[in-house]
Amino acid sequence: MNNYQQDSSIEDKKSYPSIRLDIFSNWWKIISILLVLYSIIAGLLIKVPAQPILHETIRNLFFHVPMWFSMMTILFVSLWHSIKFLRNSNVSSDIMASQAASTGMLVGALGLITGSIWAKYTWGAWWVADTKLNGAAITMLIYLAYFILRGSIDDMEKRARIAAVYNIFAYIMLIVFLMILPRMSDSLHPGNGGNPGFNAYDLDRNMRFVFYPAVIGWILLTVWIFTLKVRLEKITQKILKNE
Amino acid sequence: MLFHQIKCLVAKEIKLEIRNKYALGGILLYVVSTIFVSYLSFKKVINPSTWNALFWIILLFASINGVAKSFLIETKGKLIYLYTLVSPQAVILSKIIYNLLLLIVLSGLCLLVYSIFIGNIIQDLSLFLLTLFLGSMGFSSILTMVSAISSKTNNNFTLMAILSFPLLIPLLMVLIKLSRNAIDGLENWDINFLLVLMFLNVIIIALSYILFRYLWRD
Repeated sequence: MNNYQQDSSIEDKKSYPSIRLDIFSNWWKIISILLVLYSIIAGLLIKVPAQPILHETIRNLFFHVPMWFSMMTILFVSLWHSIKFLRNSNVSSDIMASQAASTGMLVGALGLITGSIWAKYTWGAWWVADTKLNGAAITMLIYLAYFILRGSIDDMEKRARIAAVYNIFAYIMLIVFLMILPRMSDSLHPGNGGNPGFNAYDLDRNMRFVFYPAVIGWILLTVWIFTLKVRLEKITQKILKNE
Repeated sequence: MLFHQIKCLVAKEIKLEIRNKYALGGILLYVVSTIFVSYLSFKKVINPSTWNALFWIILLFASINGVAKSFLIETKGKLIYLYTLVSPQAVILSKIIYNLLLLIVLSGLCLLVYSIFIGNIIQDLSLFLLTLFLGSMGFSSILTMVSAISSKTNNNFTLMAILSFPLLIPLLMVLIKLSRNAIDGLENWDINFLLVLMFLNVIIIALSYILFRYLWRD
């Protein structure tokens, strides 16, 4: 059933984009840089509503929340390629699934760090035992176990297949942890357990003008990092194959 | 066809278990001795949180030990023999059903011995038993699937622990909330937790049903 087909794109030289900057095919990369730069500059400069306790830390919205949006997007890409691998047994899908998961871990770690710094200045602690925070931490553990699982199988085809099956489980647990459980119990996190999210304030109209571009910019940047990692991995595999 | 295959495979598992009683006996003895050790150090526990946490920790470790072997002990020859006879869906469903039966026995014994030694503070027994049943179902489906995954790897016992703990935590969080409600005997508890528990069970069994055919052949 699962004949392990060597992906033609590894062999095919044309599939690598040329080094010179091609404005027409790389327009989204330029947009991502512009949007992220805009969100950093405007995010630190615009006038934000003065709220008790939050004060200036409300600006963390522009840096912390886009990380989780990016993580959900890139982990969905990983899930998508895992399902694709189970259907077509193409090595390229496996490389994409694993690299998307590792990019997801990168932005997830940034999300944990930005959240932790924010928590220190508003809640007074780096970490609190909260449903949403613990859920995020366990999600990271589930995905780190994914890499351990990949590392402990030698045969490439078997590794790709079993990792794909585990990845589908992992994404379901991610949905349960980050979407369902925090909505069911009390949470300190803004937007959960009766705490107002940023859209609860009328004053925040101009925060939206920074927040949405920041989300789009960071998602595009994450996808860019992902495509670079995929290219690097494909070249590594090709070198290993030629050795 | 599938139903008949499942029936035969479950009967085979039960027959095997009865023939060499040491595995079943070992896991039951594990539960009893763990509870006895807790009894020696805790004596009676009346604090509901502690009672609840201790109960689920004992049951969690006993379940992992009980279910872990389900695929790890299968020899290569036996698996090849199974490929020629039955569909993969029948194999995974029969394992899940068999492990469910095993865990029902295990958790029943655990509850009995635990209430004798540590004390029984449950106010709403029917809700507690329902929680225990749904918990056994979730444990058996997740652990059977994780056992199938980790049996394919090089260091399978380490991986069994690494993979199963994070996957079990959402289930365990809901179970602990529900059983706490049962212990307190609250009149109006949140039905949503029961729904989430059932949803989790259904989705895990459905995923195992769909995905096992990609796992079982080398």
